Amino acid sequence: MRLLDTFSLAWGTLATQLRRTVLIGLAMSIGVGAVVVLTALGEGARGYVLNQFAGLGANLVIVIPGRAETTGAAPGVLSGQTTRDLTLKDADAVARLRWVSGVAPLNVGAAQITRGSLGREAVLLGSSASLLRIRHMRLGSGQFLPDGPSDQATPVCVLGDKIRTELFGNTNPIGSWVRIGERRFRVIGTLAAQGQQMGFNSDELVVIPVAAAQQLLNTPSLFRILIEARGRAAVPRVKADALALLKARHEGEEDVTVISQDAILATFDRLLTALTLAVGGIAAISLGVAGVLIMNVMLVSVAQRRAEIGLLKALGASAGNVRALFIAEAGIIASLGAAGGVALGLLASFVLGKIYPQLPILPPLWAIVAAVATAIFAGLLFAWLPARRAAKLDAVVSLARR
Amino acid sequence: MIELDKVSRTFQVGDQQVLALREVSLSVAAGEYIAIMGPSGSGKSTLLNLLGLLDRPSGGRYHLDGRDVTDLNEAESARVRREKIGFVFQSFHLVPRLNAAANVALPMLLAGVAPAERKQRVTQLLAEVGLSERADHLPSQLSGGQLQRVAIARAMSMHPALLLADEPTGNLDRATGREVMGVLEALNLAGAALIVITHDQDIGARARRRISMLDGRVITDA
Ligand SMILES: Nc1ncnc2c1ncn2[C@@H]1O[C@H](COP(=O)(O)OP(=O)(O)OP(=O)(O)O)[C@@H](O)[C@H]1O
Ligand SMILES: [Mg+2]
Repeated sequence: MRLLDTFSLAWGTLATQLRRTVLIGLAMSIGVGAVVVLTALGEGARGYVLNQFAGLGANLVIVIPGRAETTGAAPGVLSGQTTRDLTLKDADAVARLRWVSGVAPLNVGAAQITRGSLGREAVLLGSSASLLRIRHMRLGSGQFLPDGPSDQATPVCVLGDKIRTELFGNTNPIGSWVRIGERRFRVIGTLAAQGQQMGFNSDELVVIPVAAAQQLLNTPSLFRILIEARGRAAVPRVKADALALLKARHEGEEDVTVISQDAILATFDRLLTALTLAVGGIAAISLGVAGVLIMNVMLVSVAQRRAEIGLLKALGASAGNVRALFIAEAGIIASLGAAGGVALGLLASFVLGKIYPQLPILPPLWAIVAAVATAIFAGLLFAWLPARRAAKLDAVVSLARR
Repeated sequence: MIELDKVSRTFQVGDQQVLALREVSLSVAAGEYIAIMGPSGSGKSTLLNLLGLLDRPSGGRYHLDGRDVTDLNEAESARVRREKIGFVFQSFHLVPRLNAAANVALPMLLAGVAPAERKQRVTQLLAEVGLSERADHLPSQLSGGQLQRVAIARAMSMHPALLLADEPTGNLDRATGREVMGVLEALNLAGAALIVITHDQDIGARARRRISMLDGRVITDA
C-alpha cells in the first residue's frame, strides 16, 4: 500500500468524524501550546536577568572586600567578614595592572542634599571619571567627574535625573552650588534618565569624587573596586592578577573576593535554564494526557469499525496495512494538534510579550521542536495498542457482526 | 486450481468442540461455476472462508494453484487474497463514507496500484456492472442491487481467478437477485472461477456443479 494512500484513507476517516478529530487535536494543541508558552516565559525571565547583568558590562571585574565562603552560592551576594579595608591605594595599584583599561573605586552611602529650602535624601556615590564608561551611564548635560589623582577631593557633583528635577525644576543646574551633608559642591553635570538598572536607580544618585565621599562618609575604605578588563578574554587574567596583587598588598592574606559577572551570569543562567526545563517538563505531562486520550478514542474507534477492518482484510489488507492505517490516523491528529499548539503558543507568547514588554518573551526553538516531537511521539506511542488490536482482529468474526 | 485434502475446522465454544467441517476433500478447476447448498449451520460459510484464506483449517491441507497455502503467514495470505481472490458478501460491506468509485478502488489501493491506473480501471469496472452514472454516489444513495454490483466490481478489481460469494442475493428481492447473478455469471464466463453459497434452488440450478453440505460434510457433488 502506498504511503500517500494510507494517509488519505486515514484522513478520510478522520474527516468524517470531524468533531472528534478536532477535540483530540485540541487536547494535543493545548499541551504543545503550554510547553511553548511556559518555556517562552522561562526564557523571557532568563533573558531579562541576563540583560540586567549585561548592563554591568561584559568586561567587568569587581573586587569586594572580605572573603566569601568558597562553598557558598554566588560569591558577592553574601559579603563575608571584612578583615582588612580596601583602599584607594589598592585601586590605584590595580589600575596599573596590564590588561586593565579602567578602574572605578566605589563608595556608597546616603546623604542629605539641599539647595536653598529644597532638600532630599539621595544615594551618594563616590567614584572616579572612569565610572561613566564602566557602568555604561549616560550624561544628560555638562560633564562627568574630572580626571585626576584619586585622592583629590574636588567639591563637584553630578546629579541623577530625579534629583535634578526635584532641586532645580526646569532651570539649568550647571554651575550652581548644592549642599551635601556639611559641604558645598558645585554641580558640573547631570545624568540622563535611565531608570532601574541592577537594583540601582541611577536617577536618584549623586556622584562625587571618591575622596570627597570618603571624607563625607568618614571612612577610609572602599565599598567596591570596579575594574574594566581589556576585552572579555582578558577577564580571567585580570581576576587572577588583581587577586594576586591585592593579596601581596595585604601582607599575603587573601581577604578580598574578586568576581566577574561571568560567574554570576553562569549561575543565574544555569538556575533559570533549569527552571525553564522544569516548567516545560511539567507542561509536557499534558502531552502524555493527550496521548492517553488518543488511545482511548482510538480503542473505541477500533471497536466501532470492526466490520470495516474485517472487510479490508478480506480485500487483501495485511495486519501491517491495518496497523499503518490506525497509526497514520494518530499521526495526523498529533501533527495537526502539534501545529495548532505551536500557533497557539506563539500567539500566547506574543500577547504576553505585549503585556510584559520588559520581558523578552520568545519561545526557544528547542522547546518548539521538543514539544512537537513529544506530541507526535506520544500520539504514535499511544496509538500502538489500538492499532495492534485492530490488526489482530479476526476477519471472519469481524465481518459476521454487522 | 483448488485442492482440499481432508480439511477440517473445529471451533472451541466454551468447553465444547464444534466440528464445522469434517474432513472435506474437494477439487475445483479454473473457471468452474459451483453452487454450495445446504441447511443453516452445515458449514458452507466456514468452507468458503477457508477457501478465501480468511480462516485456517484445523486439519488437512489446502493447495491453491499448486502451492500449499495451509500454513501461510498472515502477510503472505493477505497477499494471496489480494491477488487471487475476490469476495462478495450477503450484506455488501461497502465503506459508508467512500463513494462507489472509491469502494471499487479499495483492493487496488491495498495492492499499491498507481492512482492513474486505478482511476482508469474503476471507470471500466463500473461500466461492466452498469453503474457508470453512480460513481460519485455514496452507499447510502444506492439501492441494494446497486450496492451488490458495486461490491462485485470491487471483488473483480484485481482480476482475481477465484470469486467467492456468500449468499450474494440473500438481501435482495428475486428480480434484483437474478440481475446480480447475471453479473456474476458474466464474470465467470470471462474466466473467473465462481463459487456461490445460496439457499435459492433456482440459482443453484443454474450452476454447472452443485455441492450439498450437511453437518460439516459434503454429501453430494455433481
Ligand atoms: N467463529 C465461530 N465460533 C464458533 N462456532 C462457529 C464459528 N463459526 C461457525 N461456527 C459454527 O460452525 C458451524 C458451521 O457454521 P457456518 O457459518 O459455516 O454455517 P453455514 O452453513 O454458513 O450456515 P448459514 O446458512 O446459516 O450461513 C455452525 O454450527 C456454527 O455455529
Ligand atoms: Mg453462512
